[in-house]
Amino acid sequence: MTEPATPAPDRDISEALCQQVANAHRTRAPLRIVGGDTRDFYGRPVEGIDLDIREHSGIVSYDPVELIVTVRAGTRLDTLEAALDAEQQRLPFEPPRFGTRSTIGGAVATGLSGPRRPWAGATRDFVLGTRVITQEGKRLRFGGEVMKNVAGYDVSRLMVGAQGTLGVLADISFKVLPKPAATHSLRLDDIAIDKALSLLATLGREPLPITAAAWHENALLLRLEGGESSVKATRDRLGGEPLAPAFWDALRDHRLDFFTLDDGETLWRASLPPNTPPLAPDVGLATLYDWAGSQRWIKTRDGEALRHACQKVGGHATCFTPAARGGAPSPFTPLDPVLEKYHKRLKAELDTHGIFNPGRLYAGL
Amino acid sequence: MNILFDPRLDGELVGRDKHEVLEALWRAAPTLTLLHREEDLRPFECDGLAAYRVLPMLVALPEDLAQVEALLKACFALGVPVVTRGAGTGLSGGALPLEQGVLLVMSRFNKIIEVDPDARIARVQPGVRNLAISEAAAPYGLYYAPDPSSQIACSIGGNVAENAGGVHCLKYGLTVHNVLRVDVLTIEGEHMTLGSNAFDAPGFDLLALFNGSEGMLGVITEITVKLLPRPTVAKVLMASFDDVEKAGRAVGDIIAAGIVPGGLEMMDKLAIEAAEDFVHAGYPLEAEAILLCELDGVEADVDDDCETVRQVLEKAGATAISQARDEAERAKFWAGRKNAFPAVGRMSPDYYCMDGTIPRKELPRVLKGIAALSEESGLRVANVFHAGDGNMHPLILFDANKEGELALAEDVGGRILELCVAAGGSITGEHGVGREKINQMCSQFQADEITVFHAVKAAFDDKRLLNPGKNIPTLARCAEFGVMHVHNNELPHPELPRF
Repeated sequence: MTEPATPAPDRDISEALCQQVANAHRTRAPLRIVGGDTRDFYGRPVEGIDLDIREHSGIVSYDPVELIVTVRAGTRLDTLEAALDAEQQRLPFEPPRFGTRSTIGGAVATGLSGPRRPWAGATRDFVLGTRVITQEGKRLRFGGEVMKNVAGYDVSRLMVGAQGTLGVLADISFKVLPKPAATHSLRLDDIAIDKALSLLATLGREPLPITAAAWHENALLLRLEGGESSVKATRDRLGGEPLAPAFWDALRDHRLDFFTLDDGETLWRASLPPNTPPLAPDVGLATLYDWAGSQRWIKTRDGEALRHACQKVGGHATCFTPAARGGAPSPFTPLDPVLEKYHKRLKAELDTHGIFNPGRLYAGL
Repeated sequence: MNILFDPRLDGELVGRDKHEVLEALWRAAPTLTLLHREEDLRPFECDGLAAYRVLPMLVALPEDLAQVEALLKACFALGVPVVTRGAGTGLSGGALPLEQGVLLVMSRFNKIIEVDPDARIARVQPGVRNLAISEAAAPYGLYYAPDPSSQIACSIGGNVAENAGGVHCLKYGLTVHNVLRVDVLTIEGEHMTLGSNAFDAPGFDLLALFNGSEGMLGVITEITVKLLPRPTVAKVLMASFDDVEKAGRAVGDIIAAGIVPGGLEMMDKLAIEAAEDFVHAGYPLEAEAILLCELDGVEADVDDDCETVRQVLEKAGATAISQARDEAERAKFWAGRKNAFPAVGRMSPDYYCMDGTIPRKELPRVLKGIAALSEESGLRVANVFHAGDGNMHPLILFDANKEGELALAEDVGGRILELCVAAGGSITGEHGVGREKINQMCSQFQADEITVFHAVKAAFDDKRLLNPGKNIPTLARCAEFGVMHVHNNELPHPELPRF
C-alpha cells in the first residue's frame, strides 16, 4: 500500500465528524471508525460507512513543563513522537506502530502497550482526558489537562481499548515523561526459559532500572533505563552482551522475523499473571516472551487449546491474525455472563442504535 | 449547602418503613449484624467530612460475601438505597448516610488474603488499611505505592472507590494505576471480576471505570494491588522562597530539567507557621513559601538528581536550600507537611479542606484569586499544595460556632473550586465529589456530559440505589445551582479565561 509522503496538515474537523455521527444516529446507519487503517486486523470486521478521522489531526497543545500534550485523534503517531522527542520527552507506554500511517487515535482505541508496560504503565494509565463524540454527535469533554482529576466517572479511560464501540475519540490529553538520562540494552545468552523467569522474579523484587524484559531464541533480553549511575551499576552486575536498542522497536512494532507466519499458523497474544510458568508445549509452536513473561506472543495451529490454557492460569488470549487470513472468528476471549450483561447494558446506554463499530469486540456489542 | 437528600434536587427515593426493611434484611441474612437503635447508629453519622452528619436508617456490618449478596438483593427488591462505607476517613462526604437508606460498612472485611512476592501482588479484602498492605509486603522489600495522608486509618476499598492519591502520585500514580483487579457485587447481587491478575483483561476497561466511582456502580469485595520494590534511598531538599510565584516557577523548572521527583510539595506562609508551631520541623518562618522535593531510587542516581535540583532551585531564586542530612531529619521535614492539616486545625476552631487541581502554570493566578477571596470574606486560607501534580489543598479557617461562618467557608470553598475550573482544572484531585462538591460538578461539566455520567450509572444501577445524591448531580440540581450562581449574570473573576 502506498504511504502518503507527509501527514495531513493540522486541522480540526470535529464539527464535520459530529455531523456525520448525528446523521448516522438518526438514520441508524453503522459507522466504521478509521484512522490510518493499520489496526484493521485487530478485532472483528465491521460493516459500516467509514468515519475517517485522519484529517482531524495536529497537536492542540503541548507544554513540556506541564508534562501534558493534547492531540487530535487523527494525528500520526510518528508526528506526535517526533514532537515529544524534540523536547526529550516521550509516551512511556510505547504504543505499537503497525505502519507509518498509525494514528494516536487508533493507538488509544486499541489500547495496546509496548515492552515498557509492566514498569511504566499502559496506554490507559497515561490518558488524562478526552474529547469524545457521543452518539448524538456531541463533542464532550471528560477528564482534563491536569494530572489529577477524580470528578465524575472516568469515561476517558473507559474509551481506551473500547475500539470506538462506545464513542469516537476526537482529542486526547496524555501525561508524558522525560526520557531517561541513560539507557543500555543487553542479552544474556543460553538461558532456558524457566531459569530466565525465575531470574526475572528475583530481579523484580529489587529497585533496578529494568524497563523491558523479553526471552527469545534461548536468550534473555533486557533494557535498562534510568540515571547514569544506576544503569551503569546494573549493567556491570548483569554482564551479558550489548543488544542493539532497535530490537525493542522491532518487538514493539511486530517487525521481528518471529512475527512471520507459515501457512495454517495464527499469531496470538497471551496475557498472563506475572510469574506464570511456560504453558504446555502442545498449545503453541513457538513463543516469544515479553513483559517479563506476562505477555507472550504465541504461534499456533490450535487457538482454542491455547485460549483454554491461558484461562486456566488466570489469563486470556487474543488472536492477532484476522479471520479473513485464518484467524479465530472471535479474536477476544469471551466474557462471563455477568460481565457480558453489563457490557451490553453500557453499550446500549452509550450507543443505543449500535452505530459505533458494531461487533468490533464481540458479536452484538 | 443543604446536606440532606432532597428528592426535588436529588431524585425520588422509595420510602420504606424502617421495621419493614429490618425484617426483610433479617429474613434475607439471619446472621448479619444490623444496628438500628439511635445510640448504635450515631457513630456512623458522618465520615471524615464531619461537618456533614446524617443518621442512617440502618447500619449493616457483614462478615462474609453471602451476607453482602443477600443484603444487596433484599435492598434491590425493596428499592432501598445502599451507601457503602469503609474506614470512614473520606473528606468529601462520599460515605454520608441516608436517612432512608442502609449504610453498608465493609470494615470487617479486613484480611490480607495473599502476598505474592514473585508476582509482586497482594490480594486483600476492602477493609484492609492502606498502610497494612505495605507492612505486609515489607519483609519482601516491597510496598504499595499510593499513600494518602490518612494511610494509617483509611481502607483500600475506600481508596479504590475514591481513586485516592497521596504525596507520591506524580511518580507512582494514583490508586487506578496500582490496582490490577477488583471483585465487585452489583446492586442486583451478582459477582463480577474487573481486571485480572494479568496486566489487562478482555472487554471494556471497567476496572478503570470503577476506580473513583464513589460506590455508585457496585460494592467492592476484594482487591488485588500491584507491589513495587521499595527504593533503596530517599533524600529530601527544602527550599525557601520570598515569593510564592518564584516557588511555583521552580516546580516547573525541576520538571523541565528532566527530573520526576518522588514527592514535590509546597506550603505557603500561613501553613508554614502552623506546621512549625505544631511539630517544629525546622521550617523557615520568614519564608513566603517552601518547597519540599523528595528524590528516591538508587543512591547514586539520587545523589546526581539532588545536585541537579539544588542548582535549579538556586537559579529559581531560592533564598535558602537545605538537604536532610539523615533519615531522622528527612522524617522531620516531612512531619511538618504531613501534619499540616492538624497543625492548621490548632490555629482555628474549624477548617475546611479543598482539593482543586490546576495546570501548574496557573498557580500564581489562582493563588492571587484565593488571596482576594480570603480578604473579601475575612476568612484566613492556608495553602498546602501537591505542587508536582497541580493538586491544591487550600484550608479555609473558620469558627462553626459563629453564626454564618460555616456557610461563608463553604461559599469561599465553592468559589475556590470555580477558580480551579476556570483555570482549566478540576474541582477534585483526590478527595472525590461525594456530597460536598455535588453542586460544583455543575460548573465543571455541561449538562450533556452529566447526561453521559447518568447513562453510565444506569448501565449498572438503573434504579439509582447505590449512594444516591453523591458524585453526579441531577440536571435539576444543576439548573437550581446555576440559577443561584449566575443570577446577576456575573461570573466570579471575569478576568480569568474560561475553558
